[in-house]
Amino acid sequence: MMSQYAATDIGPPHYWDKMPKVCQDNYGVWQYHEKVKPGVLKHVGPNGTLYTVRVGSPRLLSTESIRWFAALADKYCDGHLRFTTRTSIEFMTTEEANVDKIIEEVEDYGFPVGGTGNSLRNMLHTQGWVHCHSAATDASGTVKVVMDALYDYFKRDDLPAQLKISMACCLNMCGAVHCSDIAFVGMHRTIPRVLDEQVADSCEIPNLVASCPVGAIRPNPKKKSVTINEEKCMYCGNCFSVCPALPIADPENDGLSVFVGGKVSNTRKGPSFSKLVVPYIPNEPPRWPTLVNTIKHLVEIWVENAKPGERYGEWVERIGWEKFFEISGLEFTDKHIDDFTFSVKTFRSTSNFKYTDAVKTM
Amino acid sequence: MSTNNRPMMEEMKQGRWPSFVKEIEKCTSVNDEVANTLLDLLEESYEIKMPLWKHGGIVGVRGYGGGVVGRYTLKPEKYPAVTEFHTMRINQPSGFFYKSSDLRTLCDIWDKHGSGMTNMHGATGDVIFLGTTTDHLQPCFNDLSEAGWDLGGSGSNLRTPSCCVGPGRCEFACIDTLDFTYNVTQHYQMELHRPMWPYKSKIKVSGCPNDCVSSVARSDIAIIGTWRDDIQIDQAEVAAYADAGLPIKAIISRCPTNCMKYDADKKEITIDNENCTRCMHCINIMPKALHVGKDKGCSILLGGKATIVQSAFLGWVVVPFMKLDKENDYENFKDFIEGVWDWWDEHAKTRERLGELIYRLGMNAMLKAIDMKPVPQMVDHPRENPYIYWYGEDFNQTEVAE
Repeated sequence: MMSQYAATDIGPPHYWDKMPKVCQDNYGVWQYHEKVKPGVLKHVGPNGTLYTVRVGSPRLLSTESIRWFAALADKYCDGHLRFTTRTSIEFMTTEEANVDKIIEEVEDYGFPVGGTGNSLRNMLHTQGWVHCHSAATDASGTVKVVMDALYDYFKRDDLPAQLKISMACCLNMCGAVHCSDIAFVGMHRTIPRVLDEQVADSCEIPNLVASCPVGAIRPNPKKKSVTINEEKCMYCGNCFSVCPALPIADPENDGLSVFVGGKVSNTRKGPSFSKLVVPYIPNEPPRWPTLVNTIKHLVEIWVENAKPGERYGEWVERIGWEKFFEISGLEFTDKHIDDFTFSVKTFRSTSNFKYTDAVKTM
Repeated sequence: MSTNNRPMMEEMKQGRWPSFVKEIEKCTSVNDEVANTLLDLLEESYEIKMPLWKHGGIVGVRGYGGGVVGRYTLKPEKYPAVTEFHTMRINQPSGFFYKSSDLRTLCDIWDKHGSGMTNMHGATGDVIFLGTTTDHLQPCFNDLSEAGWDLGGSGSNLRTPSCCVGPGRCEFACIDTLDFTYNVTQHYQMELHRPMWPYKSKIKVSGCPNDCVSSVARSDIAIIGTWRDDIQIDQAEVAAYADAGLPIKAIISRCPTNCMKYDADKKEITIDNENCTRCMHCINIMPKALHVGKDKGCSILLGGKATIVQSAFLGWVVVPFMKLDKENDYENFKDFIEGVWDWWDEHAKTRERLGELIYRLGMNAMLKAIDMKPVPQMVDHPRENPYIYWYGEDFNQTEVAE
């Protein structure tokens, strides 16, 4: 009979026997890879060739779907499969003839094949209203409606470069949203409400005061609670994570913002943060039409204007941000000018700029 | 309950991209009440445009301080089936490789103890089991452990390290990301399972400068594979690319250091490797003709993190090049990182990440503490201000004559 408490600290299982045999045989000696067609990669090594079919996923998967994927792996992939950092599912086979069969079966099951090479990659996102306490918008839902609209970009690989779009449902930004070609982020815009009695009952005041990155929280000894300085608070919700008696959700004012031009790879220019282009889009469940149209527009102007090989940020930097705002037609506001910790390095100190509609009439 | 009562959720089932609502509906076969209650709760969230969850409550399994995230609905009277809806994080295998039998085992355990909903995977890398009650946590962990699986990290500890596919399926891999990540994860089980630090610490391991796990943006300790000799050129394959119509001249014109030349008559590439910064641009486009060097190792960048609390940071180069030696159990890396952790653990305030401490106390303070020599590779450019801090050993300490 099993003991009441299990063995601890056994760590993750070893990876070796999880890999397909051809990956073991070519371990560390792979020679090159080719893009066969959208969603299909071919890796070649001295000890065999491997075809990979990449499948888009909503990340939230039922055990039923996982079992279905496992059965497909048994049928075509000697019982192996893997996932990617961007939560795609990858079916790997040494038999070229299996590739189209896998594609057909997996697409029949409702999961699209794509997201390789110069395509829109699977979208990274967070938990949202499905499971998170600090979400300013839903994650699965906004990603679903945006991917519905951008579906064809996932299925084709003739974009100027790869396109990585990510979503985070609050300013905590779980995932590398802050370094994506396009990022949309849930935003709170009003300060947390202080539920004094509950704060007194359930929260540690020193921890709470220390949790605020901008020093906006002060003790309120009379009520054994705290006060929040409205002028300092930037709505990060850090205090709410420490103390649930400071709810920050505000249905009429929460929404999303959009950033573009970041990346993590070192290719050509090093990694960079995404930059704000749309400060606020309201929450419009269930289909978020303003968000969807904004993201679609941002993708379309890049596809239309970028040179081959230019990622989003490379395109914008070549033409200049002032040109970007002219081409995109997006309004440039006070919100686009940084006033947080490291703002000054973002201000322009050269008279080298382009005239656009924004200043022609000045 | 009829789905007709959930018009918003019905909307989320429309369209071509796979629907998370359909996935939740599939979980009715695991636990009908939980799946339907969750959808009812979500429907209300969509109506009122607010989350209906709260954080907190210490829950977990015996012997661990992390691996489980407590989650409760704000409206237990209305949604009793998700009164407790905790997350369990299960440490994934290196490179996210699975046998189908592994997945079935995990599914069997989760169907027995939870909602049947998962994330494959969470942002840090763990398998996420989404939604169970407090009294199922220990039995679920017992079954996982029995089957050879363990929990990942949460809270102020080492978070589950993760890595790219590496030598398992990529010719660019300069380090054995899979073995290194497995080794380090096993070595630091105490740090992973028992929160005792100021805040979280993340390790991510990418096999080459393409950084497919976004280590520079998402981890305090970013390990990025690289090399220090020459890019390997196969001129016959260069010619083959040229014959196939690849615009090699245009591709080379985008080399950021202009260290490449292409002779269109001979169909040959030459590279001034002394001036190459190993950005992967040319290798990515011509993987048959150009290969990473032979003298391989990694660069280590420290301090990367997302926005909370001070600001987002990309990691900073602290170790320009380190060999990662499997034979000596990666001892050099472990010595290095334990020095960094000791310094951080001693000086950081609660919820202060490594990058924020480096910013607050200065890169120099850390370099001194871990005995690293400053080199120009650590900065984009030297200091621009004259406010230099001098220390006793920097100047002549004889007293100035009156």
